[in-house]
Amino acid sequence: MTGARDIFGVHGRGQHERDRRDRDRDGQRPGGQRRDGQGGRGRRGEELMVPRARPDSYYGKPIVKEPVWSARDVGGYLFFGGLAGASSVLAGFAHASGRDELARASKVCAVGAIGLSGLALVADLGRPERFVNMLRVAKVTSPMSMGSWLLSAFGGAASVAAASAVTGRAPRIGAAATAAAALTGPGVCTYTAVLICNTAVPAWHEAHREMPYLFAGSAASAAGGFGMIAAPSDQAGQAVRFAVLGAATELTAKSLLLRRLGETAEPYQTGRPGKLMEVAEVLTAAGLAGAVLSGGLRPGRGQRLAAGLSGAALLASSALTRLGIFEAGRASARDPKYTVNLQRARMRQRAATGQPAATGQPAGDAHHPGTHAKPHP
Amino acid sequence: MSSQLDPAAFDPAVHAGYGEHPPRMGFFTDTSVCIGCKACEVACKTWNAVPEDGIELTGMSYDNTGGLGASTWRHVAFIEQIQRPGEGAADDAAVGGADGSRWLMASNVCKHCTEAGCLDVCPTGALMRTEFGTVVVQSDICNGCGYCVSACPFGVIERREGDGRAWKCTLCYDRIGDGLEPACAKACPTESIQYGPLDELRERAALRVEELRLQGESSAQLYLDDPADGIGGGGAFFLLLDEPEVYGLPPDPVVTTRDLPRMWRHAAIAAGALVAGGLATALGRNLWP
Repeated sequence: MTGARDIFGVHGRGQHERDRRDRDRDGQRPGGQRRDGQGGRGRRGEELMVPRARPDSYYGKPIVKEPVWSARDVGGYLFFGGLAGASSVLAGFAHASGRDELARASKVCAVGAIGLSGLALVADLGRPERFVNMLRVAKVTSPMSMGSWLLSAFGGAASVAAASAVTGRAPRIGAAATAAAALTGPGVCTYTAVLICNTAVPAWHEAHREMPYLFAGSAASAAGGFGMIAAPSDQAGQAVRFAVLGAATELTAKSLLLRRLGETAEPYQTGRPGKLMEVAEVLTAAGLAGAVLSGGLRPGRGQRLAAGLSGAALLASSALTRLGIFEAGRASARDPKYTVNLQRARMRQRAATGQPAATGQPAGDAHHPGTHAKPHP
Repeated sequence: MSSQLDPAAFDPAVHAGYGEHPPRMGFFTDTSVCIGCKACEVACKTWNAVPEDGIELTGMSYDNTGGLGASTWRHVAFIEQIQRPGEGAADDAAVGGADGSRWLMASNVCKHCTEAGCLDVCPTGALMRTEFGTVVVQSDICNGCGYCVSACPFGVIERREGDGRAWKCTLCYDRIGDGLEPACAKACPTESIQYGPLDELRERAALRVEELRLQGESSAQLYLDDPADGIGGGGAFFLLLDEPEVYGLPPDPVVTTRDLPRMWRHAAIAAGALVAGGLATALGRNLWP
C-alpha cells in the first residue's frame, strides 16, 4: 500500500516543513553548529569561546531501546542455529556422496546444536512457559514467527535424520529426513540475520543487505570446522572445502558491510564488540589458513591435528562473530547519535532528490507487507 | 483498493479486518501549552494500575521519570534552553523569557503508528490492532520474546523486569470503548493532550501550528501528523517547538518492516548459495581428497 507513494511523488506539507528544517540545520539558524562544532559564531558575528551546546539528543539518552535479549542466550542462539543449519547441508551432501562418517557426525552435530539453540531461545523469553504461543500464528512480517515454524520443521527432520544415522534403522526415512533437514537448514542459518536486521537497532538494520551472507558464511565455516574435527581423514576433504568457502564468504561479507555502513560501522569496530570482531577475524584467518595448508600435509597424525585445530578456530570465530554483532547492535542502540545521524542524512538526501518518505533505503522498491493481526477469538 | 494510492485514506482498522468500526481515535499533544505538571503521568499510572518504577532523581533536570518504558506510558520531557550572552535571542520569542531562554515541556506517549513495527514483528499475535486503529498488547498472550522492544523506532514498548512481558500505552482501550477519554487527556489541565477522532485532530493541529507561526513561533512544527511519513503517520502526533531529537524523538522514523521484503530476498539468495556451496564442495576434489 505504501509503495505507491513513490510512484506518485506525494509532496505533503510535511515535506516542505522538513525542507525548511534541513535548511535551518545547515547553518541559517543562530548558533546552529552541532555538538561537534569547533568554536561558534553568534548572530552578530562575534567569535564565541565556548561552542553553544545545541543538544541533538535528550540529555544523551537513547532514542531506541537497547535489545533486551541476553548476549549468552541470543548470541548463542545465532551461533548454534547457524551451526545446526549448515551442518545439515554438509550432512546432506556427505550422505549423498557416500561419506557416511562425516554425514553421521554432522547430523549429530545438527541435532545437538539445534537443541541448544532452541533452549537458548526459550531461556531468553520473559515467559518461557508460554513458548508454544510462538506457534499460534504464522506471520511473514515477523521473522521470529517464520523462524519458529522453520525451527520446528528443521528440528523434527534433523532429529529423525540423526536417529536413523546413529541407530542404522529406517535408512529410507533417514535419507528423506536428511534431505528435508538439508533443505530447511539454510533457512535456519539465514533467517536469524533477517531477525536481527528487522529492528530499529541502527547497526543491525543498516546492515541488512550483507548480514544474511555473513551469517551463511559464518555458519558454513562453523559446520565445516566441526566436520574437520569429527570426520576421518579420507572424508574430511568435503568439510575442509565447505569451511574454507564459508570463512571466505564471511570475511568478504563483513568487509563489504563495514565499508558500506560508514559511521554506523563504528560500533562494529570500537569497544567490546570491536574487540570481539577483531579476535574473531584473526581466528577465521588462522582457521582458513590452517585448513588450506593442512591439505598439503601427508595424511596422518600431523594432518589430523592441523585439521582439528583449524576446525576449532573456525568454530570459535563463528561464535565470537555472532557475539560481536550482537554487542555492536546493543552499542548502536545506546548512543542516540547513530539513530539521529542516519535519519538526518536520509532527510538531506530526500530533500536533495525530492523524494517523499518511503523506506529506510535511499531509493528502492519498498512496499509494506503489513500483517495487522486481529484480536484472538 | 484505493487506499493503496492515497496514504491519507489508509485505515488500519479496515486493513486489520474490521468491518463496521468506530472512527480512528488518537492523541494530539500540543507541547506549546504543556506546563510540565505531570498530571498525565500520574493519571495514567493510576488508571492503568501501572507499577511503581523507581523513585530516583536523575540529576539532569526536573524530569525524574527519564523516558517511556514498561511502567511509564506517559512521560513529560523537560528541556531547559539557556541563551548565553552575546548569542542573540532565540528565534522562538513567543514562549521564551526576555533573555531568550526557555523551558520546553512535552508529554510523550506511544505513537499508535499506522504502520506499527511492534505489531508487525510480534510472533505470537499478542500485539493487535483495535477497532479504534490503536495498537494494544494482549498480556495474556505475550510470551516476553522482546522482539517488539527492538522494533519500535521510538523506544516506547519495553519488557517489564520481574513480569517478563511487554507493556505500553493502550490509549486507555478500556475507557474509550465506553466513550470516555483516556486518563491522561482527562487529567491534562491545559488541553495540551487532546483526544479525539484522528482526522479532526489533524485539522485542529494544522490550524494551531499556523496560529503559532503567525505569533512569531517560527520553529513550531507538527511531528508524525503526515500519513506519507515513514510510519504512515502516528495515531498520536505532536506539535513541537524544536527539532524532534531535542525531545528524544527520532527525526525521521521509518518502520523497519518496509525493508523486510528486501531482507527476505537477500536471506533466500544466501540460503540458496549455501546449498550450492554444499553441492560444489561435495563434488570438489581440491584441497583435500
